[in-house]
Amino acid sequence: MLVVTVTTESGQRRAPKAAKTSSVFKKAVMAVSGIILVLYLIAHMIGNLKAFAGREDFNHYSEWLRTIGNPALPGATTLWIIRIVLLVAVGAHIWAAVSLWRQAKRARPHGYVTKKAVAQSYASRTMRWGGVIIAAFIIWHLLDLTFGAVNKEGHAGTPYDRVLASFQNPVVTIWYAIALILLGMHLRHGIWSATQTLGQSNRRREVTVNYAATAIATVITVGFLLTPFAVLFGLID
Amino acid sequence: MTMTEDPTRATTAPHQERTMRITLRVWRQPDARSAGKMVSYKLNDVSPDMSFLEMLDVLNEQLIMDGEDPVAFDHDCREGICGMCGVMINGRAHGNGLHDGAVQTTTCQLHMRSFKDGDTIDVEPWRASAFPVIKDLAVDRRSFDRIIQAGGYISVPTGTAPEAHATPVPKKDADFAFDAATCIGCGACVAACPNASSMLFTAAKVTHLGLLPQGQPERNDRVVNMVAQQDAEGFGGCTNIGECSASCPKGISMETISRLNHDLLGALRAGTRPKS
Repeated sequence: MLVVTVTTESGQRRAPKAAKTSSVFKKAVMAVSGIILVLYLIAHMIGNLKAFAGREDFNHYSEWLRTIGNPALPGATTLWIIRIVLLVAVGAHIWAAVSLWRQAKRARPHGYVTKKAVAQSYASRTMRWGGVIIAAFIIWHLLDLTFGAVNKEGHAGTPYDRVLASFQNPVVTIWYAIALILLGMHLRHGIWSATQTLGQSNRRREVTVNYAATAIATVITVGFLLTPFAVLFGLID
Repeated sequence: MTMTEDPTRATTAPHQERTMRITLRVWRQPDARSAGKMVSYKLNDVSPDMSFLEMLDVLNEQLIMDGEDPVAFDHDCREGICGMCGVMINGRAHGNGLHDGAVQTTTCQLHMRSFKDGDTIDVEPWRASAFPVIKDLAVDRRSFDRIIQAGGYISVPTGTAPEAHATPVPKKDADFAFDAATCIGCGACVAACPNASSMLFTAAKVTHLGLLPQGQPERNDRVVNMVAQQDAEGFGGCTNIGECSASCPKGISMETISRLNHDLLGALRAGTRPKS
């Protein structure tokens, strides 16, 4: 049993500071913003798969995204609401991650000479740097397919043309695949971790939660990879 | 006690016991302010039946005979129940996970038969800014005591013990509370955690007390204040990696962490704020 020694030395007991933003609260912010982003990924993946329905359907879907709620709502209102929610979620996710990363660095300034992992997975070990790479990928991805800045078709082409222009280049498809596999691992650990952080896991559910996390991560990764590889191998043109 | 574990060797060749040669690389640090380094020592007569701490005792006898400073390390009961001992052995807290299927244990219950003749073993202290090194392998773990003081208690009236049947506890809750209560506060969870987080320790206490009727009055204050204290002590945040639970000599489960999170978010919603 742990024996509590009540020391009377003054100044020994440091008072908690900045307690409202506790590490657990930051984790909850991370979990909730993560869930919003996972839900968006599922919708985005379903949209991408419309590429298999052909140029017209895909471009029509893209156009619909910009006119949801018309004419009740003017222009791309719904799209902008989605974009703002996503920006806030991404911002909160990064803020919590950076803050906890710094806290972890401070918590162990001098590392071990020898340290072996007993339980950690590759996915859990790569959450932070994996997250940085995914963020870099998202920036490139927006420049490529949303703004057309780094795309051969540019902004003038239709969304379908931009998809073809990108993924017919094997380098782009491979970079896309690497980022998505990283994303899959990020989701694999993230979904499990979010369940824990929100206090929804227990011994009975633990196995199910882990299988579900793997399943969701796999479906999202494979779902996103179908389109670029179909383009690369000429199944879509 | 050790004899019963391998009766054949004890009865057939008590005096011709196989001994091992071990090279130890031990973290030597004279005090909290000085820099430390790994120092190599050779031991030639290590019995496989020695516990890891007995092997360190042999090293210290050798160092004293040579007029050198013995290695400081914490220990007390040497029965795996007090939580005093604990070092990183080959990069693993208490040496847990050295072999597949090995039972989770404390440093004092790890025996030299877990190693091979000629092995080199790295021995380091727990590393966390909340566990400053006092000397060599001994670290100051009073931060754990302060987390306990922040809320790891229940208020009970003094006087005659109440009738036990007056407060029934469901069997399931009693079992889980007891599992959590087996935490000995050794600090292996912090040592093994890539974030140096004390989450498993705090979660064990929150689960243990929060599951029982006697722990209900302070339940919200407890979790909020204990988490605030562990942050203030400079421990890292939990990323649910699971190194802690896998390294815990008592096998405290990750479920306790989920319970802590659940209690904390509930308490924050109910408006409970930490005492400052």
